[in-house]
Order: sequence, then C-alpha cells, then structure tokens
Amino acid sequence: MFKSKTKLLQLIVTLSACAFLLIPTIMSVMAGLTANYFKGISSGLTLKWVFQVWELYADSIFLSLWLAIACLIVTLIVGLPAAYGLARHPGWLSRLLEEFISLPLAVPGLAIALALLQLYGSMKGFRASWAFILVGHVLYTLPFMVRSILAVLAAIDLKTLEEGAASLGASPWQRFRDIVVPNAMPGILAGALTVVTLSIGEFNITWMLHTPYLKTLPVGLADSYASMRLEVASAYTLVFFILIVPLLMAMQWASARAQRKTK
Amino acid sequence: MGVRPSPYGHTMTNRTFVLACLTPLFIFSLAFLALPLVRLFLESGSGEAGWAIYLDILRRPRYLNTLVLTVLVSLATTFAALAISTTAGMFLSRNRFRGRGTLLSVLTLPLAFPGVVIGFLIILLGGRQGLVNQLTPGHVVFAYSVIGLFLGYLYFSIPRVLLTVMAAAEKLDPALEEAARTMGASPYRVVVDVIVPGLMPALIASGAIAFATAMGAFGTAFTLATNIDVIPMVIYTEFTLSANIAMASALSIVLGIVTWALLLIARSLSGSTVAAGG
Repeated sequence: MFKSKTKLLQLIVTLSACAFLLIPTIMSVMAGLTANYFKGISSGLTLKWVFQVWELYADSIFLSLWLAIACLIVTLIVGLPAAYGLARHPGWLSRLLEEFISLPLAVPGLAIALALLQLYGSMKGFRASWAFILVGHVLYTLPFMVRSILAVLAAIDLKTLEEGAASLGASPWQRFRDIVVPNAMPGILAGALTVVTLSIGEFNITWMLHTPYLKTLPVGLADSYASMRLEVASAYTLVFFILIVPLLMAMQWASARAQRKTK
Repeated sequence: MGVRPSPYGHTMTNRTFVLACLTPLFIFSLAFLALPLVRLFLESGSGEAGWAIYLDILRRPRYLNTLVLTVLVSLATTFAALAISTTAGMFLSRNRFRGRGTLLSVLTLPLAFPGVVIGFLIILLGGRQGLVNQLTPGHVVFAYSVIGLFLGYLYFSIPRVLLTVMAAAEKLDPALEEAARTMGASPYRVVVDVIVPGLMPALIASGAIAFATAMGAFGTAFTLATNIDVIPMVIYTEFTLSANIAMASALSIVLGIVTWALLLIARSLSGSTVAAGG
C-alpha cells in the first residue's frame, strides 16, 4: 500500500516534469500555426507565418546549414587523426592535450568568444567572414568529435591489430585507412551527428561573433524573439524544431550504438 | 615498442605518423584556444585597476551582488533539478511500462535546445501573452523575473541531471533495496540509507553539471534577464555597452575557472561530461 503510494508520487513528479518541458514546446508549435495567437486557435490554422519566416530568415537557415557542414568537415579533418594519435600515444601529454581542447565544453561560450574577439577582432577581413564564426563552432564541437572517436578506439586492441598489419607490410597510412577508420566508424558517426546538431543550435559563441550580414539560425531566433510578433517567432522556432529534433534523435541513437561498441 | 625496420622501404615511422596526426589539432588549439585565452587573461589586468580588478569583483557592490544572485539562482536550480530528475530517473529505471520510452524522450530531447529557445518557451509560459497569464485572473507575468530565469535554468538542467542519474541507477543493484524492504525498512529509510548513498557520486556529479551550466548560461539569460544582473549578462553589457573590456575579461576568467573546476569534479566522479550550453 505504502509502496504504491510512493510509486504514485514518483509518477506524478515524472509526469509534471514532462508537462513542464512539453507544454511550452507544444504551445510554440501551435502559436506558429495559429492565425492570431491572442484570439486563440479559433482564429484558424495557417502556414502564413512559416512562409513569412522563410522570406525573412531563409538566409540565416542556409548559413547555419552551411556552417554545420563546414564544421563537420573541419572537425573530421582535425579530429579523426587527432583521436587516433591520442589513442596510439596514451600518456600524460595526450591527457593534457585532450583536457585542453575540452575547455570549450566547460568554459562558457561567452568567455571563449570574448577571447577570440580580442585576439582576432582587429583582423577585419577574418572578423567579418563566416570563417570567424566557423572557428567558434569548431572550438565548441571538436572535443565531441575527438572524444566520441577516442572512446571507440580505446575499446579495441588497436596495437595488436596494427602490428599484425605492419608485419604484413602495411604502411602507417594504409593501417590508418584500412584498420583505424573502419573500426572507428560508430564513433565517427556519433561524433558527426553531435557536431552537426550542436553547430546548428549554437548561440552563445555565435551571438558575439556574428555580424549584421552573417546571422545564423539561433541568432535570427533571438532577433525574432526581440522584434517580431509572437506568431512569427513561434513559426521560426517551429522551423528550428523540425530541423533539430530528427538530428537529435539520430544523434542519441548513434551515441547509444557507439557506446555499446565500447563495452 | 621499437620501430620495426620495414623491408618495404617505408619512409615514415610509426612515431612520426602519430605525431603528424596530432599536428592539426595542436596548431588549431594553439591558434584559436591557447593564444586567445592568454590574451583574455592579459586584457583582464590591463584596465585602470590593474590586477586588483579581481578584488574589485568582490569589493564593488554591483559585481558582488551579481555574483551572489547568480550563485543563488544556480543553487536553487541545482537542488530543484536534483530532486525532480532523481525522482523521475529512479522511477523510469526501476519500472517498465508502456509509454516509458516516450516519457524518456520528452525528458531528454531539450538537451540540444539553445538557451535562447528555452528563454522563449518560458516567455510562452509566463510572459504577457503567456499560458499562466491567460488561465489565471489578474496579471501574472513572471517570465522576466528571477522566477522565470530559475524556470529557464531548470528546463535545461532536468535532462542533464536525469541522464547522469539514470546511468548510475542502472548500475545500482535493486536487490539491495528489496533486501532493505523485506527487513522492514520504510520507503523513506530505503531512499535515505540505500538509494541516496548508492547514487551519491552521480548526484554530486550531476549537481556540479547543473550548477556550472546555470552559472554560465547566456542564451536563456539573454532572452529573460533583461532587468536581472547575472554574471553572463553583466559580462555582455560590460563588453558591448560600457566598453569595460578589462572587467568583462576578468569576469569571464573567473566564471570560466569556476565552471571548469566544477565540471572537472563532475567528470572525475561520473566519467561523463554534458556540454555546458544554455
């Protein structure tokens, strides 16, 4: 009897938490599709606001997609070999390097952005280009890529595999291409999805680094929250959800899959 | 391990190859992380006050009040998130029922919502056109107050704490709880004597994560805290409006060290990190 009462209480807390997270999300979706939010749903459903968002902010959506792809490419080029290097060369120096590149996970994006602005702000060409925002995104997402691959590589006996291949005459590059990359694939996939998801949603660094001509999706969101009517802001949020939620689910699936490989 | 002399005439040894693999990372993090952070630190001491600027944070009421308020809101967020997420996490990991997966998805999906979006969701709940104001008689607007900020922080903390607690709960042996119950322990005693000690590392870890994330949350504060001084907002206004670069830098350094140290503790206890977004 007492046991079921405790269970009931737990269930109530769980459901309340779900409601707290879900209700405003649903409200935002509904507001983006309602003709007049103040009058309520009876004013009719419309896609008018979504189209208006597209007219106003399509550029920011494309910029975000482009940055996410560029960010993925850079984190792969830098992160994949680095994860391999860290896995093959364990020791305090590697630990320190891994710890150091993970700083942007712990230090608020605002601080990272201020640091970048103060060092590179005077280089006008770089400061005003999308590459400057890209640097911020890479800083923030690179540790996820490196760690995701590193976790998978650490779980397999890389040394034995590579020694076997080396004794058959495979060069370091061949071993990297034919042994390391295929084995690291679950980690690469999980890392890639994480990088894209986080890049598209990144606001804290981007807000400081963006220029009036380079607004990403989340920067545009902040813009619309401050200056647009509620319906437009909601419709824009809806567009963001449509983009981010499938990515997020794929990311969670891939991460769980990669984690199973490490066990 | 010695480098095997290759009969096939490979010019590159293992060691050179591994070092070459680390080079891009090294160059990137030197140019865009190490040097900018050094510059940030040097800049913090370049103001009128010199290095005493770090004492100013504690001496000048504007900054001290900001610090105290930020810590208080973050602490409140941490304890509320711990209470809610531990309850929900234990419930979801101990029971199997239809819809469990859905509940779990709902509770973890906000993980990648940017702070600005969470701020907007709180406005939909507690703003002038918000749900609460529409449902209740009178004028109930709390989105732009400390309560709104607290709810925003709670929103992004619940998923983070939940994931850490559930990972630990999976490893906790349910037989221990069963044993305690059969020996006549009340549910309260089971929680206090069995579950909480078993989960303690995860609770401290996820508490540190929640606290650090709340301390550094900029996006949510940017949307909601138009009239509230929390550290990230003060850094932002010092930098953009007051052009007080030294103070903005000093506050960033202090904030960065605090959140980094907390997450280091969290990682050493639970072995996982969740990004400090918000």
